[in-house]
Amino acid sequence: MPEITYREAINQAIKEEMQRDESVFLMGEEVGQYHGAYKVTQGLMDSFGRDRVIDTPISESGFAGLGVGAAMMGLRPIVEFMTWSFSFVAFDQIINNAANMRYMSGGLINVPIVFRGPANGGVNVGATHSHTPENFYAHIPGLKVICPANAYDAKGLMKMAIRDNDPVCILENTILYNQTAEVPEEEYLIPFGEADIKRSGSDISLIAHGRSVITALEAADKLQAEHNINAEVVDLRCLRPLDEKTILESVKKTNRVVYVEENKPFCGTGAQIACLIQEKAFDHLDAEIKRVCTLDAPQIYSMPREKDQLPTADRVVETALTIL
Amino acid sequence: MSHNPAQASINTLLSQEEKIHLYREMVRIRRFEERSVRSYQQGHIGGFCHVYNGQEAVAAGTISVLGPDDHIITAYRDHAHALMVGMDMNSLMAELYGKETGCSKGKGGSMHFFDPSKNFWGGHGIVGGQTPLGAGLAFALKYQGKKGACLTYLGDGAVNQGPFYEALNLASLWNLPLIYIIENNQYSMGTSQERGCAGDTLAGRGSGFGIYNEVIEEGNDVYTIRERTSEALQRAYEEQRPSILEIKTYRYRGHSMSDPDKTYRSKEEIEEYKKTSDPIDRFQEQLVGESVLSVEQAEAINKEAKEEAERAVEFAEQSDFPTKEAIQQDIFWETDNPEQGSSQGTFFFN
Ligand SMILES: Cc1ncc(C[n+]2csc(CCOP(=O)(O)OP(=O)(O)O)c2C)c(N)n1
Ligand SMILES: [Mg+2]
Repeated sequence: MPEITYREAINQAIKEEMQRDESVFLMGEEVGQYHGAYKVTQGLMDSFGRDRVIDTPISESGFAGLGVGAAMMGLRPIVEFMTWSFSFVAFDQIINNAANMRYMSGGLINVPIVFRGPANGGVNVGATHSHTPENFYAHIPGLKVICPANAYDAKGLMKMAIRDNDPVCILENTILYNQTAEVPEEEYLIPFGEADIKRSGSDISLIAHGRSVITALEAADKLQAEHNINAEVVDLRCLRPLDEKTILESVKKTNRVVYVEENKPFCGTGAQIACLIQEKAFDHLDAEIKRVCTLDAPQIYSMPREKDQLPTADRVVETALTIL
Repeated sequence: MSHNPAQASINTLLSQEEKIHLYREMVRIRRFEERSVRSYQQGHIGGFCHVYNGQEAVAAGTISVLGPDDHIITAYRDHAHALMVGMDMNSLMAELYGKETGCSKGKGGSMHFFDPSKNFWGGHGIVGGQTPLGAGLAFALKYQGKKGACLTYLGDGAVNQGPFYEALNLASLWNLPLIYIIENNQYSMGTSQERGCAGDTLAGRGSGFGIYNEVIEEGNDVYTIRERTSEALQRAYEEQRPSILEIKTYRYRGHSMSDPDKTYRSKEEIEEYKKTSDPIDRFQEQLVGESVLSVEQAEAINKEAKEEAERAVEFAEQSDFPTKEAIQQDIFWETDNPEQGSSQGTFFFN
């Protein structure tokens, strides 16, 4: 199997789906002539022309809403946010329009749109540019929310999202764009709502989504090497729909949980997962559920301090040891 | 035709020293930016860093005519505005280095310089986000009965953000002493004006709101910019009416330090502008022509500015990074001033 980057995986997914379905088009700032601010859409304008790969002005509210309207008519827009931090100026279009349209029309309308782009800290761009709003969007019934952690998942989930008949938010990660993984040449899709055991273990469950899965895997290696503890790493992949079954099975096996995420802790994804576990697997817990999140503050610019603010493998190990 | 902005009273009133000072400010901006670029390339500066080279006449011209109750707010390309309001190079360079001695204690970075004590309400990272804030600053001035205006800067790309239009309507409806300065450097990242903006001029978008607007073609001429800005200020002071000035300019470097600048314009285009239209060269020639400045003096000013930027780097290097505790300070006024607060309950959730 060829090794490709996370960036290439997304590029391939978009390309294949655009080849397959004429109604799919891509829209966003600098996606065409500039090949994408992070080069994810490299070459797509050359392949599909300016009618299907559309450079927009800096008008997120306008083009996100336009995308929703086009999707109501049966087109399948892929709307790129240069980063998800900029989706906040389009919040109303995503939440009030994309997410609610089907419900408010009593099921007469559906909105097959993909909103995608990176959402992460760790690159010293400060508070306005470092948001990880997957929990905001997962909060909204009507939106599906996906956070791929590697190239394989990114491709399979992206293709699925483009074929999905509901609005899907895919939150990528600029730090992962250069990471490689083996990705088959033949076509594959990854259904939503299937978590993935990225490392099988018996002593503790490290549950995570997005880049924090990589942090959890690092922590699991350290726990094994330095403390002889065999951790299981569960990658949610999708926040909504959520794979409750895999989470609960893992808890029943290990009886201990640390949730790792780049979200800020208050009302973060980990809070929801902890609630689920205590509700449905209370008797299987041998310790309180712990979380390792980004420190509860706006993102700091200063380089060494942003490292401290983000979840690290060491912090995961330390936290895990407190409940073992 | 024969109108000569150098002869406008706002410019003829300048003493020789004041003219040389203005020249020095433009040079300091250029040297600071060049030094920032080098530090960025050496890995001392993180994230996004947007430099101002080529646009110096805009910040220098507009800010040099402001009075004590005038305020400014801008976007992320904010180093020049910060220098022009009189912020110390050391504190700016330290901010770029993420140090606690930086103007925002290393918390904001390049895009988020602030100094309210100098009527500078920042650097703002979200495109267009500052445009209603500027209206709010102007609203406050009027509310407080001050004879002041707010200069609100935005780019040729930012004009396509919705909040700008809501702010324009409010500014006109409520007669706010507000001046929008559109720094039209012809590109919004890799998108040229033709590819991103419908209609004729960007300033002209104010017409629908009944807002005075004009395009300043000679955006590399500091005299012209001073003249037109002071007219807009009079409009704000005397009539409480907003204005839009679209100033044509050009950026020499990529959009930010991470822009390879390969896909949307030619090297020749950049070189041509530098050769024929550089704002600092132009002002230097004018001053030499007026016998205000000699070429030797100009060289000395350049050398001093270089040294000042170098000292700022030393200062930044020798400063400390913020402490870990600082990560959770400066979030709520109340948690920073616990004796004066009245809230109960938990603020932070680690
Ligand atoms: C809402 C939002 N969308 C996108 C961006 C990314 N972005 C930052 S600057 C920029 C281009 C802005 O160009 P312009 O307004 O012309 O200002 P200039 O950079 O030329 O000074 C873009 C797209 C952002 N910061 N905020
Ligand atoms: Mg511009």
